[in-house]
Amino acid sequence: MDKLLECFNLCVNYEGKPILTDISFTVEENDFLCIVGENGAGKSTLTNAILGLVPIKSGSILLHGISKSDIGYLPQKLKLNTHFPASVKEVVMSGFVGKSFFSPRYNKSQRCRADDSMKLLGINDYKSRSFLELSGGQQQRVLLARAICAAEKLVFLDEPVTGLDPAASDNFYKLLSHLNSHHGVAIVMVSHDIENAVSYCNKILHLGNDNRFFGTTEEYKKSDIYKYYVGKRGK
Amino acid sequence: MSLDNLYLIKDFYFQAFVVGVLISACTAMLGVEVVLKKYSMLGDGLSHVSFGTLAVAASFGSARLEVALVVVVFVAFLLLQIRQNSKINGDAAVAIVSGSFMAIGIFATRLENGSNTDYNSYLTGSLFAINDNNFLLCVVLSITVIVVYIMFYNKIFAVTFDENFSSATGGKVGVYNFIIASLTAVSIVVGMRLIGALLISSLTVFPVVSSLRLAKTYKSCVLLAIVASVVAYIGGFVLSLCAVSIQIPVSSAIIFCNLIVLAVCYIFSSLRKRGKLVK
Repeated sequence: MDKLLECFNLCVNYEGKPILTDISFTVEENDFLCIVGENGAGKSTLTNAILGLVPIKSGSILLHGISKSDIGYLPQKLKLNTHFPASVKEVVMSGFVGKSFFSPRYNKSQRCRADDSMKLLGINDYKSRSFLELSGGQQQRVLLARAICAAEKLVFLDEPVTGLDPAASDNFYKLLSHLNSHHGVAIVMVSHDIENAVSYCNKILHLGNDNRFFGTTEEYKKSDIYKYYVGKRGK
Repeated sequence: MSLDNLYLIKDFYFQAFVVGVLISACTAMLGVEVVLKKYSMLGDGLSHVSFGTLAVAASFGSARLEVALVVVVFVAFLLLQIRQNSKINGDAAVAIVSGSFMAIGIFATRLENGSNTDYNSYLTGSLFAINDNNFLLCVVLSITVIVVYIMFYNKIFAVTFDENFSSATGGKVGVYNFIIASLTAVSIVVGMRLIGALLISSLTVFPVVSSLRLAKTYKSCVLLAIVASVVAYIGGFVLSLCAVSIQIPVSSAIIFCNLIVLAVCYIFSSLRKRGKLVK
């Protein structure tokens, strides 16, 4: 599989303190990578660093054959003004913001792509509805549609199922899996949910203060870290 | 009044009317950004900066719109940047900058050199501020604001809705924010001559709040805000001219009309909600 993204010895500080030290990993085409770890391990910080939202202290990030405007992003939690009026369609189409500096109108292929992603995610029926009136699960699907518009090959999701009920969460994972396997979208997902990560993902990056892991899910299941985690949960 | 006098008056007010309608649309459009980013005090701050700059320029004998434009655009951009930096309180920064310029401006009014200038009109606005000297400039500036806004509309929406996403996916967020800041600044500087520094910022807030009661999509929010603002402007303009005996200044009349429009929108949206409950 072709490489899409490589990180070498990434070090990132957060408010002056080192939170990520020497992180290295690779994302290849069609990967479904989950970044897991305890709270404070720096999972979101890593995503933010790769996307250029926070500065990097040292190390490097290489993109192969794609540019920043080919990457999609589903942020952790949108801090929206509770009165922000926006229709589902407007939100999804805003996924094209990074495609060009100046474009007064969305072109036909963009509109088709937006329609396709809305249909794929089952939100086409409420494209004229207000984003704020939707349920949590529906809103996440809208934001995922937006992320897909931004990217064809690689999408970053930051804790996408936090706050969703189990049914909505389950649906969402199935959608991601479908996108990954049938539409060739590589996914990097930050999550607390190690159990589902192990079921759906093919690679795991486990961040921790004392220990870390990067490799395939099969290797992860045999690792000490996973066994320690399962042992803790067992109690 | 003779017919000649009437003609003169009509011509005079015509210029103020045209610029007023255009500026009402501009401040409403940009007000949507400002209010939704929870930065409603930005308009107020920029109008004070504008006052200070013009007052100082007047005391040097050259109260040019262009001078105020450059300064206010620069300050607007600075304040938007500070807003992004969580370490400095954005509201406090606006208050500090705004207060400083206001103080400088008031000080300038006491200086001898500009004693012919009508500083009061800087504060409360004047229909006569738009005249043959600056009519064309004001119209061109307003239309430019509207055109640039339309051209960058999709980007402005994306940046207002989710700046992090826009930045993460390669959007030139810094440039778009600069454009928003510049357009806001231009609208405020031009509008300030007509409506006055004290009330111009209300034009970035009132129509938007009215529109938010009713709008479900961003596009309809912007359009409704423009309609609310222009309707209120025309109402205030007519009220000020007609109610000659009471002598309502045009800026007050416009704000009163904005208040009426706001009340109507509130009533309308409550009725709509109640209608849904009944069903």
